[in-house]
Amino acid sequence: MAIVERHAQARNRAAAPQDRAPAVVEFRGVSKQYDSGDRGLEQASFAIERGEFVFLVGQTGSGKSTIMRLLIKEHEPSAGTIKVAGRDITAITGKDVAHYRRNLGVVFQDFKLLPNRTVYDNVAYALQVTGHKRKEIRAKVSDILRLTGLSLKLHSYPDQLSGGEQQRVAVARAFVNHPPLLLADEPTGNLDPETSIGIMQLLYRINRTGTTVIVATHDNAMVDRMRRRVIEVNQGVVIRDEHGGGYSQQDENTSEFGLLMRGEPSPQPRRLSTPGDSFDDIFRD
Amino acid sequence: MGFFIKEALRSVQRNSVPSFAAMASILVTVLVLGIFIPITQATTGAANEVRDKVLVNVYLKSGSGQADRERVAALLREDTEYVGKVEFVSKEAAYREQKKDYPEYYSELLGSNPLPDTFRVTPDSPDNALKLRDALAPATASGQRATVDPAIDTVKNRKDDTSNILFITRVVKYAMALLAALLVLASVLLISNTIRLSLFARRREVEVMKLVGATDWFIRWPFVIEGVLLGALGGVLAVLVLTVGKVAFVDPLVSDFALLRAPETMQFGVLALVLLGASVGVSALGSGLSLRRFLKV
Repeated sequence: MAIVERHAQARNRAAAPQDRAPAVVEFRGVSKQYDSGDRGLEQASFAIERGEFVFLVGQTGSGKSTIMRLLIKEHEPSAGTIKVAGRDITAITGKDVAHYRRNLGVVFQDFKLLPNRTVYDNVAYALQVTGHKRKEIRAKVSDILRLTGLSLKLHSYPDQLSGGEQQRVAVARAFVNHPPLLLADEPTGNLDPETSIGIMQLLYRINRTGTTVIVATHDNAMVDRMRRRVIEVNQGVVIRDEHGGGYSQQDENTSEFGLLMRGEPSPQPRRLSTPGDSFDDIFRD
Repeated sequence: MGFFIKEALRSVQRNSVPSFAAMASILVTVLVLGIFIPITQATTGAANEVRDKVLVNVYLKSGSGQADRERVAALLREDTEYVGKVEFVSKEAAYREQKKDYPEYYSELLGSNPLPDTFRVTPDSPDNALKLRDALAPATASGQRATVDPAIDTVKNRKDDTSNILFITRVVKYAMALLAALLVLASVLLISNTIRLSLFARRREVEVMKLVGATDWFIRWPFVIEGVLLGALGGVLAVLVLTVGKVAFVDPLVSDFALLRAPETMQFGVLALVLLGASVGVSALGSGLSLRRFLKV
């Protein structure tokens, strides 16, 4: 189904290129070399369209978090361009960085809630920074807390909540502005499988409202069950970009796993030969 | 603005221990400064007063008449360098003055007056007293001093320890200035360190705020206001303690110790204002600047 659908999309785009909205996220030859000399990302190129739900998978240290950090402008790329909604974000500086971040929702593995504010105030803070009126804030925060199932925890402090509840607060805060793009870096990394499903459901619901969602994860069970687009990074190189994919290219068979266990050298990551057709389409002209 | 003030109050409330530490360090340093500044001023004031007493006395010969006096006066006022003020004290005036100060000796003189006519010359600056003396009575090859006018008997500094006074007062002034500078430096370091510590505890909070899209000043304002509040609180408490100390201990002693009523000490009100302004300014600036390091996310 995926191939048919994508083919149709590509045909439509070719027919009316000027109607095409710019990709929400677009990496073009992006490399990141850390000051320590570590290589975070090498020549990564991919594009994510509006409304997609994308899993970013790979081992720890593979470059998933680097991609996230580049997107929230915590780091700057050493080479290449990153465009978000058609805008080159490396050109954003100073005060505009804050304004750019308001258009992103961000969820982290360690929740990153403000410890001495209540659930309500944590979510409201994201609106206060944008200078919303108090009445608006009250309405929006109540809405989002109802959506995330936290209505009864309004006045609790983060340390009084379970991990799953804290992550729900983080998601609520990330989405209260209704940003066009939501980034989640290991959102279920600290949670048990049951709770993880709840968080993923939440992210999926957010995705269905039209928000593009990028989830970095190594929760293979979740990726395999949800069957969304998967971008796999290994040692800083994008090695797979597959729609409706699973966590790993194919399931390891017993003998492969045996090789791994005996400590045979793992094959070098091979760069994706065709870096995703949607990407090629965009840069054809 | 209301939002920022509310945020500042909330963070004082939620971080009461570091806030208290910052406030206490401000209180202590302001207290020390408040005691030290008047002491410095009184000491340098006293030193200056001593220096002002450095005079060059020009004694006329006993037989000199009106014409001699006028000639010497003109010489001093117009032709001599380093002269600040010239005051003529006649034999009679000198006698009355001395008699008033030391009645027991002067009653024994039985009305005779051994004092000469004197010009009391204040040098333009205390440091030039010795040069002035040399100008009026240059040293000769024989080691004695000749005077520039025949009517002048001798030229003397009042007591001959002018050079000692000059040296000691200069040392006192420089030492006080150095101490004051060190103390101010120490207070600024102490306060900024305390603030940095309390900010360090909250750097994660700042990081989260930045990630949510808060601008630098949106994050900074509550911290600056908090600094102002704590600085003002510490300053007010310190000034209160100083006032109590002044009223209870210093004021009763003023009549007994010249140092305490030294004229160059600034008014207490002015001192209190300066201290308050400094504590508010330093803590507001300190928290605003220390935050800069954590804002780079």
